[in-house]
Amino acid sequence: MSVARLGAFTAPDLPSLEGIRACVHCGICLPQCPTYRVLGEEMDSPRGRIYLMRAAAEERLEPTEAFARHMDLCLGCRACESACPAGVPFGALLEATRFQLARRGLSSEPRLLTRLIFAVFPHPGRMGLLLGALRLYQRSGLQRLVRASGLLRLAPRLAAMEALLPLVPPREPLPELIPARGGRRGRLGLLTGCVQRHLYPQVNRDTARLLSLAGWDVIVPREQGCCGALDLHGGRLGAFRRRARALAAQFAGDLDYVVTSAAGCGSAMKEYGHWLPEAAEVGALARRVRDVSQVLVDADLPLGRLETSVTYHDACHLAHGQKLRNEPRALLARVPGLRLVPLADSELCCGSAGVYNLVEPEMAERLLDMKISRILATGARVVAAANPGCLLQIAKGCRARGLDIEVVHPVELVARALPA
Amino acid sequence: MSLSPAAVKELQRILGPQGLVTTPEGRLVYECDMHTLYKGMPDAVALPTRTEQVQAVVDLCRRERVPVVPRGSGTGLIGGAMAPRGGVMVSLNRMDRILDIDLANRCATVQPGLINLWLTRAVSDRGYFFAPDPSSQMVSSIGGNVATNAGGPHCLKYGITTNHVLGLEMVTGRGELVRLGGKAMDRPGYDLTGAAVGSEGTFGLVTAITVRLLHAPEAVKTVLASFATIGEASETVSDIIAAGMIPAALEMLDAVIIRAINAGIGAGYPDRAGAVLLIELDGPTAEVEVQGERCAALCRRHRALEVRVAHDEAERALLWKGRKEAAGAVGRLTSSYLLQDAVVPRSKLPQIMREMETIAARHGVLIANVFHAGDGNLHPLICYDDRKPEELARAVRANEELLHACIELGGSVTGEHGVGVDKAENLTLQYSEADLNFMYRLRRVFDPDGIMNPGKLLPSHPACAEGFRPSRPVLPTGAWI
Ligand code: SF4
Ligand code: SF4
Repeated sequence: MSVARLGAFTAPDLPSLEGIRACVHCGICLPQCPTYRVLGEEMDSPRGRIYLMRAAAEERLEPTEAFARHMDLCLGCRACESACPAGVPFGALLEATRFQLARRGLSSEPRLLTRLIFAVFPHPGRMGLLLGALRLYQRSGLQRLVRASGLLRLAPRLAAMEALLPLVPPREPLPELIPARGGRRGRLGLLTGCVQRHLYPQVNRDTARLLSLAGWDVIVPREQGCCGALDLHGGRLGAFRRRARALAAQFAGDLDYVVTSAAGCGSAMKEYGHWLPEAAEVGALARRVRDVSQVLVDADLPLGRLETSVTYHDACHLAHGQKLRNEPRALLARVPGLRLVPLADSELCCGSAGVYNLVEPEMAERLLDMKISRILATGARVVAAANPGCLLQIAKGCRARGLDIEVVHPVELVARALPA
Repeated sequence: MSLSPAAVKELQRILGPQGLVTTPEGRLVYECDMHTLYKGMPDAVALPTRTEQVQAVVDLCRRERVPVVPRGSGTGLIGGAMAPRGGVMVSLNRMDRILDIDLANRCATVQPGLINLWLTRAVSDRGYFFAPDPSSQMVSSIGGNVATNAGGPHCLKYGITTNHVLGLEMVTGRGELVRLGGKAMDRPGYDLTGAAVGSEGTFGLVTAITVRLLHAPEAVKTVLASFATIGEASETVSDIIAAGMIPAALEMLDAVIIRAINAGIGAGYPDRAGAVLLIELDGPTAEVEVQGERCAALCRRHRALEVRVAHDEAERALLWKGRKEAAGAVGRLTSSYLLQDAVVPRSKLPQIMREMETIAARHGVLIANVFHAGDGNLHPLICYDDRKPEELARAVRANEELLHACIELGGSVTGEHGVGVDKAENLTLQYSEADLNFMYRLRRVFDPDGIMNPGKLLPSHPACAEGFRPSRPVLPTGAWI
């Protein structure tokens, strides 16, 4: 069954020829694609990218720097996958193609920064250290100094990173067991997520609190690693598989579900089976993964009133990656007094896309601009999004524009409606 | 490369650093539209944002004698938006603004790259819509709709694109910027707007379009009727039309396409039916109710297995999503297909469907059917594997036979997709030499140098690649027979 070569691509982990050939070139995906919306050129559209993959698979084209550039510029948001009536598995095709390109050393990503990011982000320990240093940077007055100095103009990508950071909160690890309150329904594992754990600890805290109120024992493994989402999207399949196996070992086999409120993590974990078909325990973990909205949407919760207008942004890895559009909205709609205002183009990526906003700041900024203008048009002063990447990105956009708009995870709003 | 380096430089100057694509990767993805059988890579792709740029590009190409190939969203089905002779492709998708909405006069002026559905979206909250609704409307551009004179399910009642275009601004093949028609319905002089709609870029590049907007109907009712056989469904269609009803849309889907749609879109079509009719009625509430009852009765008379009314907007939208994305969903069954667009008088529907079965069996090809039954516009999708030349050959033969069968029944080679390269040679089946010669001469008025989308729309003549078809000497009457 193993084919050694597919045109210009070589085994292992060839992009699926069947997947590529499922594309009938209808173009339905074009208007849903953020990069096509911004650039208006077909090389940077899903149909174009698939056509390039196909040309490489059929040996009409050698993957070049230009080829890699079009793949790099893709956000991996998978809006095209949602739109596609032919069932082209774009996410998996892109990841496999990126893996091919990475192996050939063909990637126009600024390598140093990328390496730095990957050396830190997926390691909870290192991430903690870095964030500790950043807390110091922000609070000691150094940040003001650096910003005033104009130093950041010399390094646009570093500037992107610097601007993205919210005020880094103090560390507050969750206990390893949060027992169920009320009628007990079972036991859950909670994946806290590398970025979320450090930058949005309150989201994990609220998630755990709501789950326990809903009758679940919440187990939070202290030593949980990284789900590998960033590696997967960057085409580093080896690292991704190692992390997946390690994570599977952290969550006991008898948990009913493994829950996360970070959409990017949930999406990657749900795909473990595809990339590790032979590892039974990893596949078993994947099948038990749930987004928090799935578990809470019909749970018994003692919700009080919360008078507020909220608009909801669909995180790509929730809407497109996990096909969850109604659950988070329905969860919010359960809060008495909360008015949900529809957001135009709510499924259009905000530009965050993992570390995309750090490596492609220009495209990310243009998408953020579109997102913010649509948020403003709703008139709502609160935006909910179910992924730490989106929270960082949209909050940065609001900060930079001096807007008084609160950016929160849906569970934070639901938790606010709980009796004190 | 037929473009001189100096010409490329000039194009770059006209269009700016982001406005010209010349990399092999970039040009490659523009080599075909949705009809992927026809491939032709342009030498460069221009992505203008302003009318002056369009004009400057045409001027340059005229001086350089290189082809100009227009493209919108690249969703055409006739090989219209590809460059068989290279040259400059002008992709107008970046010119996608709504220039003016004039509800008092029920019209809007838009740039050609605007996506069809986006116009309706922009006016729907005020109770208006843009009627032409090709199945690709969620992505196809209004400029492309104008170029091909596109139809759509609802053109049964509302008419095709040309019925909704009031005026055009166009850069002709001479490089002139001309205005044809205007907001007023009745215009003095020649109806040049009518001539230009459907000209597939052979007259020039359209840079602005004034279209009619219609008031949304008071009520809409969508009925889904399933049948055991295509024959029963076809007879129902004939009866509905014969009864004097004009539904807004009357679509037929066969078992193969239903399978693809349910798998691809989960639209919930009855999956055990041999054929399904999607019937939409709109207008004043009372009338819609009465017609709905009559349609349902006719369906039952033809032994419908089930007649179901979409009970809310969400269900209706899902049924239409399934219908409109059907050609994409077929990717679930096959990697490639030929999509025919022939028309038969609707009374001949049962007959042509029988014939189609025979043709499919004779050539051993799978044919999926989804089409505008109400106006007899067929869309058989003839599936083949593009890696097997022999399969393609069989598909091509089946396609040709089917086309001839339609013409014999008094039909037409194209209903709504246009001609492009796909149907150009077939026009001789339908038009006399005098007809075609006249069209050649008209084309030359707009495009004296033959640079505008060459090789499309009219058949080539063996003697000259393109141009006048020299008439045969006229024989004295009665010289023979
Ligand atoms: S994943 Fe997103 S950015 Fe990439 S091609 Fe698909 S829609 Fe476009
Ligand atoms: S929607 Fe699917 S089949 Fe159509 S062009 Fe996009 S990827 Fe291809």
